[in-house]
Amino acid sequence: MDAIVAVASFLVNEILSQPFYLVGLMTAVGLIAMKKRAGEVIGGTLKATLGFLILVVGANTVVAALEPLGTLILGATGAQGVVPTNEAITALAQEDYGAVVAWLMITGFLVSLLIARLTPLRYVFLTGHHIFFMATMVAVVLITGGMNEVTTVFVGAVLLGTMMVVMPALAHPWMKKVTGGEAVAMGHFGTLGYITGGLAGQVIGKGSKSTEEIKVPQSFRFLREPMVATALSMIVIYLVFSIIYLVRVGEATALEEIGGSDAGSFIMFGVLNALNFGVGVALILFGVRTILGEIVPAFQGVAEKVVPGAVPALDCPVSFPYAPNAVIVGFLASVVGGLLGLAFIAVALEDALGLALILPGMVPHFFTGGTAGVFGNATGGRRGAIAGGFINGLLITFLPAFLLKVLGSLGFANTTFGDADFGWFGIAVGNTVKADLFISLVLLALLVGALIGFAVWFQRRYVDTGWVPGGEEAETAPASGGSAKP
Amino acid sequence: MKKILAVCGMGLGSGLLLRLQAEKALKQLEVEADVEVADIGSARALASGADVVVTSDELAAQLGEVKSQVVTITNFVDLNEMVSKLGAALESEGE
Repeated sequence: MDAIVAVASFLVNEILSQPFYLVGLMTAVGLIAMKKRAGEVIGGTLKATLGFLILVVGANTVVAALEPLGTLILGATGAQGVVPTNEAITALAQEDYGAVVAWLMITGFLVSLLIARLTPLRYVFLTGHHIFFMATMVAVVLITGGMNEVTTVFVGAVLLGTMMVVMPALAHPWMKKVTGGEAVAMGHFGTLGYITGGLAGQVIGKGSKSTEEIKVPQSFRFLREPMVATALSMIVIYLVFSIIYLVRVGEATALEEIGGSDAGSFIMFGVLNALNFGVGVALILFGVRTILGEIVPAFQGVAEKVVPGAVPALDCPVSFPYAPNAVIVGFLASVVGGLLGLAFIAVALEDALGLALILPGMVPHFFTGGTAGVFGNATGGRRGAIAGGFINGLLITFLPAFLLKVLGSLGFANTTFGDADFGWFGIAVGNTVKADLFISLVLLALLVGALIGFAVWFQRRYVDTGWVPGGEEAETAPASGGSAKP
Repeated sequence: MKKILAVCGMGLGSGLLLRLQAEKALKQLEVEADVEVADIGSARALASGADVVVTSDELAAQLGEVKSQVVTITNFVDLNEMVSKLGAALESEGE
């Protein structure tokens, strides 16, 4: 008997609660299910495990690089400053929540397949890193709200699975407008910004010409490299706050608090930290890529069997080739929106609500701002692309500020989740779980029911009937094959 | 064995999809090849070790001149496009 207990406790404590082994095991199960050869199973399993450990190394690098920035911003402005970077906050959370996140992610994927199978919402969300980020966000919010780990896995899985089919459904009419009616859905948790962008384009863009008819300088394309975009924006942020800090507290205090032998080395210390932040994010991306490269094919294999003929919901850059100029326009408008939002929080809301300053993280602005621009352009041309990007920029500045309040101790990490859906969904769930367990379970069930109910109604009323925002129904209606009844 | 590199901005989402599509296409073409995913940042270095690079139009422009053949895919979920373009590239590579 003792031996059995010893084995069980070994399995639970040393394997199943260690996220890196857990992720490896899940990968192994997926690869075996796909009937891969023994060598590929061993290789893939080991790669996923190593990928997770690489991610942890990246997280440590990011923490070290962000720590001085927190002090600088606090000293320079008197407020907490935060640079939203999904990769960074997700990696940081794994130390405390890794095992819960891994279980939640795999269960949530199965729940999403179940919903896709049972309702008209036949979408399979294949953007692995966003499933990972959302699983992390939900786990942190639920545990911060006082749920135990087992409840968190099951409740969180239902929440995650719901989002994975509901958001692609809600975005689908606009996605059809963008892609010209092909059976690709949007599988990205910035969707609130894209739908709002599409709506804004429709409202103010009447008669505006498409962005694709103008010549946009291609010189911003280099920002599509995440390593470059991250490092560049962090250098700017570090320089700005280093200089303000130096001026405000004086050289002596600055050197004592942060480090360096004179003003020059103090400034360059900031630049080095900015570069190290880029290094950390690159490491995390490498780790996530190594894990997902093994897991997502297994996901897709399972999905094709459970929900045949479902519409794949894919990462937001799949919309970029349809309007590359709108991507640049939307990105720039989003940054402008983000900076104005930052100024507004700093001047008006910071004292009243105790909100943190959300600084523009270039990666969320590029990918979600660019996509909002594409959606806005589809319904409202140039003006639509500008409005779409701008509103997205406001959303990803205000929502993360409120999200911080429900992230518990992780809310003090100087970084947070960037994209719009993490914001509104996290705020909704986080405020719900403040109630007693029973009441919050009832409320969450209502939330899930309302989301699925609304999405099913929306799917039947708008998607299945071939409605496309801004007209041209006849052209695209027959092509919307993915949502047809089986 | 041939080596194919699937490239997207972050090397997470659409690149992975390209890899899955390329693997399906390879099965149809009955060609054995390794397919790896890369982000645009590291793609230029990795491209030198690959026979074919698969990516989107706009990223191909950003990738610039590389020694390997670059195949650009417009519709990421259209398997026929992948089969015909990748097939053509592999054929000319084999000569």
